[in-house]
Amino acid sequence: MGLESWLPKAASSFAGDVDWLLGFITWIVGIWFLAAEGILIFFVLRYRRRPGVRAAYVPARRLRAMAFVLVPCAAILGFDLVIDAVAAPIWHRIKETLPPAQETIRITGEQWAWRFRLPGPDGRLDTADDIEVVNELHLPVDAVVQFELTAKDVIHSFWMPEMRLKQDAVPGRTIRGWFQPTRVGHYEMDCAQICGLGHTMMKASVVVESREAYESWVREKAGSAQVTSREEGPESR
Amino acid sequence: MTHPVPASHDASLAHAQSFWRTWVFSTDHKTIAKQYMFTGLALALVGGFLAYVIRMQLASPGRPVPGYGAVGPGQYNAVVTLHGTIMIFWVAMPILLAGLGNFLIPLMIGARDMAFPRLNMLSYWIFFISTVILLVSFFVPGGAAAGGWTTYPPLSDRAINSGVDLGVTLWILAVALEFAAFLMGGINFIVTAINNRAPGMRLFDMPLMVWMEVAASIIFLFSVGPLIAGAVLLLLDRTANTGFYDPARGGDPLLFQHLFWFFGHPEVYVILLPGFGAVAEILPVFARKPVFGYRMIVYSTIVTGVLSFIVWAHHQFVAGIDPRLATPFSITTILISVPIGITLFAFIATLWRGSITLQTPMLFALGMIAVFLLGGVTGIHNGVPATDIYIHDTYFVVAHFHYALIPSVFFAFFAAFYYWFPKMFGRRTNEWLGQLHFWGTFVFMNVTFFSMFLLGLMGHHRRISNPHFFEALRTPEADRLQWIATIGALGLLAAQIALIANLILSLTRGVRAERNPWRANTLEWTVESPPPHGNFATLPLVRRGPYEYSAPGRSEDYLPQDAPA
Repeated sequence: MGLESWLPKAASSFAGDVDWLLGFITWIVGIWFLAAEGILIFFVLRYRRRPGVRAAYVPARRLRAMAFVLVPCAAILGFDLVIDAVAAPIWHRIKETLPPAQETIRITGEQWAWRFRLPGPDGRLDTADDIEVVNELHLPVDAVVQFELTAKDVIHSFWMPEMRLKQDAVPGRTIRGWFQPTRVGHYEMDCAQICGLGHTMMKASVVVESREAYESWVREKAGSAQVTSREEGPESR
Repeated sequence: MTHPVPASHDASLAHAQSFWRTWVFSTDHKTIAKQYMFTGLALALVGGFLAYVIRMQLASPGRPVPGYGAVGPGQYNAVVTLHGTIMIFWVAMPILLAGLGNFLIPLMIGARDMAFPRLNMLSYWIFFISTVILLVSFFVPGGAAAGGWTTYPPLSDRAINSGVDLGVTLWILAVALEFAAFLMGGINFIVTAINNRAPGMRLFDMPLMVWMEVAASIIFLFSVGPLIAGAVLLLLDRTANTGFYDPARGGDPLLFQHLFWFFGHPEVYVILLPGFGAVAEILPVFARKPVFGYRMIVYSTIVTGVLSFIVWAHHQFVAGIDPRLATPFSITTILISVPIGITLFAFIATLWRGSITLQTPMLFALGMIAVFLLGGVTGIHNGVPATDIYIHDTYFVVAHFHYALIPSVFFAFFAAFYYWFPKMFGRRTNEWLGQLHFWGTFVFMNVTFFSMFLLGLMGHHRRISNPHFFEALRTPEADRLQWIATIGALGLLAAQIALIANLILSLTRGVRAERNPWRANTLEWTVESPPPHGNFATLPLVRRGPYEYSAPGRSEDYLPQDAPA
């Protein structure tokens, strides 16, 4: 279909499934669409008024005549169910399951920045060496990343096109999710939900890098959450 | 069978009315219809201007937009918010539901007016006040509402969140008043169609347009309650310091989304069905054939209406609802393709072995089907949760709903407008300008919105004022698509000049229309053009259904509903 050529290059473990499904749906509905348009155009050209030719009287009151419409629609019903049957496991894998975490991060959307809290070198959250960074995140390639997503003020939406992942961040809720970056590189993490004056500007840069590079970044930032907490005054947690 | 005539009309028919009672505070359904229609079309100019500002800003971010000026991020948010609000609530609803419904229901069922003419007048004037409030909100301190047309809290909840205070309150007030107006109108439509049909007209003799308007009114009636509740709670949160949507005080922002979309998705069908109704009237007349499967279309409309109430959460797949809800809602959502498919295929089948002429109304009706098909099938991409993860809140969705709404709102309305213009104003429209209007609208509509599918796939998310801020959208390829969409939008707006020219030319110099210029069957064509106040001097006696075209054994290829056999 060539659909993939328009999408940003995939960079997560489930991105391939999402892309495949987009293509699959596009093929099915594309064929139906072209067939319907083709028949429409054919009828308009073929049955233009011609002198001496009267239109046929086909009110289609009987099931036999209606079958010309009902049978294709029964086929549509079949395709609908096939599409959802194929799609449900993909959704299930991405959103309804949580594979064991290799990295755990807390993400908070706020007007208008993404705030990340990561475990420091000790590998545990809520300890003295926790990392807190704003609009900048490093992740090790191929690690399963679990996130706890929330929002401070209004609804934001965590959106990383290359990871094929989107999840609204809602004040008052902590939403868990996961992804597994599979390609080293620099990515943008945007806010996909209108969130006020700075909606456009709300963007974090995410660096997916080798385990070694990531660990050296962690060492460099270790304890930054403490610094931030002190700067912002006593923290309740 | 008795058919009481509303008392107000006995009096009103007896003596000439003052200027004010005839043109301004009129109880005549035809005048009210025109008031709704022209208010809607005037607001379409405002909505169209906002679309122009959006497109210019996105194609060349930061450069001042000619006729508007520089667009700051706050202004951009207000512009997209009001563009959506106006086009849905102040254009689609008044022209399709209130405009066409008011004009056509009494004429098509052989009634002298609506069941409640004064309520009808009240409906328009409440709508008018809501329009004024909405337009005033542009000019209040802080500007107009800027939280998106869905106006989700907490963004819309506290002034500190969106930077807009009074504008949001006025927005909520205007929307609430507007819905009160349409509730009055909707009740009127339903009661009129049930009680005031001419002698002999059974329910299954009603033209599909009447069915569709009534179905749309019923859907609106059942869905609007939760939204009004949601809006009132929001207003209380804003003004009385309650916390319905504030998690800090035990509220929940997602509550509003459920209340909004429980209304918001049925609303799509409130807009779509009258458009389908207009197409269903026009196709048989210009193909000289009965509509294919009249009862089948009626039943599939009812099924569509019922299904539309159990799909709303497809707007919220990634909003933080329990992910296990997604697949059930996806199934109900994409099942709607079945009844909608039945209706569309029945329309296409109506053309089979017809005797087709391509005058302006028919072109717009065919264009409606051709364009809507793409809007319909791309609904599957959005309705499937796994793909929605990627395309939700991107321009793919923007393209999808413009491909669904522009045909149902504009193509179907233009088809109806050209078709019933002789009946409304007693004059014919200019065919050459009509064809120009169609081809301009059709071509530029596709140029504008097809590019948006591709931009959406590239990752262009919604309501951002500067795509150049993002790496994926800084490419020459993306820029080219932005410009194509913008040039398409300029062309689409320019094509409407043909409509305005046609309107002015036809109203002043159009050829006088006879009663039945299209040789159609429905009752509105049996009265003068334009029909007098009270419509029918004597009520017609209905003898058959509305689509007896090219019936065998007759020399004429049409057979009006009230003609003796």
